Amino acid sequence: MSKGTLYDKVWAAHVVEKLPTGQYQLFIGLHLIHEVTSPQAFDMITEKGLKVAYPNRTFATVDHIVPTKSQARPFQDNEAEQMMEAIEKNVKNFGVSFFDFKSGKQGIVHIVGPENGLTQPGMTIACGDSHTSTHGAFGTLAFGIGTTQVRDVLATQCLSMDALKVRRINVTGKLKPGVTAKDVTLYIIQKLGVKGGIGYAYEYGGEVFDAMTMEERMTVCNMAIEGGARIGYVNPDQTTFDYLKGRPYSPAADKWDKAVAHWKSIASDKDAVYDDIVTFKGEDIEPIVTWGITPDQSVGVNDKLPAVASFSADEVKTVELAYKHMELKPGQSIKGTPINVAFIGSCTNGRISDLREAAKVAKGRQVSKSVRAFVVPGSQQVKLQAEKEGLDKIFTEAGFEWREAGCSMCLAMNPDKLQGNEISASSSNRNFIGRQGSKTGRTMLMSPAMVAAAAIEGKVADIREVMA
Amino acid sequence: MSKINQIEGKAVPVEGNDIDTDRIIPARYLKEITFTNMGQYPFYDERFDAEGKPKGHPFDLPQFQGSHLLFVNQNFGCGSSREHAPQSLMRWGVRAIIGESFAEIFAGNCTMLGIPTATVSQADMQKLQALAKEKPATHFTLDLDKKVLLADGKEHLKFDIHESKRNALVNGTWDTTGILLANAAKTAEVAKKLPYVSGY
Ligand code: SF4
Repeated sequence: MSKGTLYDKVWAAHVVEKLPTGQYQLFIGLHLIHEVTSPQAFDMITEKGLKVAYPNRTFATVDHIVPTKSQARPFQDNEAEQMMEAIEKNVKNFGVSFFDFKSGKQGIVHIVGPENGLTQPGMTIACGDSHTSTHGAFGTLAFGIGTTQVRDVLATQCLSMDALKVRRINVTGKLKPGVTAKDVTLYIIQKLGVKGGIGYAYEYGGEVFDAMTMEERMTVCNMAIEGGARIGYVNPDQTTFDYLKGRPYSPAADKWDKAVAHWKSIASDKDAVYDDIVTFKGEDIEPIVTWGITPDQSVGVNDKLPAVASFSADEVKTVELAYKHMELKPGQSIKGTPINVAFIGSCTNGRISDLREAAKVAKGRQVSKSVRAFVVPGSQQVKLQAEKEGLDKIFTEAGFEWREAGCSMCLAMNPDKLQGNEISASSSNRNFIGRQGSKTGRTMLMSPAMVAAAAIEGKVADIREVMA
Repeated sequence: MSKINQIEGKAVPVEGNDIDTDRIIPARYLKEITFTNMGQYPFYDERFDAEGKPKGHPFDLPQFQGSHLLFVNQNFGCGSSREHAPQSLMRWGVRAIIGESFAEIFAGNCTMLGIPTATVSQADMQKLQALAKEKPATHFTLDLDKKVLLADGKEHLKFDIHESKRNALVNGTWDTTGILLANAAKTAEVAKKLPYVSGY
């Protein structure tokens, strides 16, 4: 059993009661909601005649279904419009703050929480979305829940939960040039597998994490869930505090020192006990590309695709399905695989630093004629900032489309979809069959800079060679 | 709230590791603002071709119609937290899922709907899936009190289930809102002590 970790401390501070089932009633400090997984939950509490217990601890945004070519209402897609109207009605009836289009704060739920200072160290955070683990970058216990649990948080601000074990993941040393936080998270998933994290919270640490910016830490924690870990977090430090200072919902100046003192106190103790510890070397990590249908099916950009026989017997079926679906063959190089679509965006890599990295690649170059490429900022604020810096011009001059904020082709609930068996280079987080809107569509996950490089070259490329 | 002690019926096997919730229910069906129609969609893209003709997925085979148990392999329900996934299985007729392992959020969602997620070893699951395929009329009973699975009335094998999940089901406390609400006063006390709630 873990002891003295951030997980243990934050958990203990939020336990209301041990329930007769053996689960714990846990207070939820911040509840984020979006249009897709909340309407049924509001219906359920309405049916039970309940109210939202702590309306000022819930914040709403719209991201999954919003079109990214134009935010004009009514949406052309009638179902999307209905969904939008449902959340508008619900936030109004139940008194919940709503980051709508007019607010200037709309965007992907895991981008708007941190950028507005809502996400603060030591919180428990729940959202009807599995990538809620993103917020763990700030030293929170943040996890995805289903709609019936959204109902419980709305009605009681609590959840009935089991405690997790804690695995410390150290990444030592330094990353090589061209290697990004996305590669770190894909590498960890490749090594520990998509099931490796079941039952665990991941605590990420070591020199590589110490050196990361908050946006980079968010990219890693975002994909904890792709490794099976419902929670991934980094202990708060000066980088965290500097990021939070002065954001709209951050503690005010007169409370700042007290807040920081508290945040420092919840970090894992030096002698904390973990249920498991694994260590990787930063120098071993290459730019990574997924070739299959689960996020652990990946290789370094200069590697050949693995032989089926190199997998354990119980993985073979998934591996064979992956090769069939992806129309790829063992032994072939991933580098040079032609692409049809390049997508830069999502809660993994739709932040300003991601767009800056991609823009460096796009600058003065041209998207290959055979590629449909687009950039979808993660929030209205990211979009505004990018435009201030002229990134939109760099992208459009290079032949990328420049869009409005939303989830877009990360899950293709809006008009942005792969067609037929198109293959994409994508900065998102899931390469599942059908994920990008076509059941025969194919996805290769990689860092935003690598997506930009693939867009330019028309095929998977090594960022270091493109930039050389 | 109803206690769930035993679940009986035929079983439908769906083979493969890492079957994610996008495969269980494609995102386009998440645009509906109620769960009412979800029973029509489980595994939709694996079941039907472009013209909407069935491709022979177990969910469409005559021998598995009316099944209440679902036999799966490793890491079932990974990926998105969408409750639409267990909702679609439940509304199709699934009352219990037995697998080698489950993704965390998916298993939690199942419990919230009163669906047990029981686990068995890989070897046992291979036998169970084979039995369901070869003798689809086999009548299984998942006994949550004794943690045994019966086949045609005879004890077949033991299974595991997360103890707190089992307790919630057998004691009828899996619909948690009422239980959590009963501790509202204590909740307020805990909240008051949290620095970010009290304003640091
Ligand atoms: S960007 Fe993708 S993963 Fe992130 S919240 Fe939206 S749909 Fe989910």
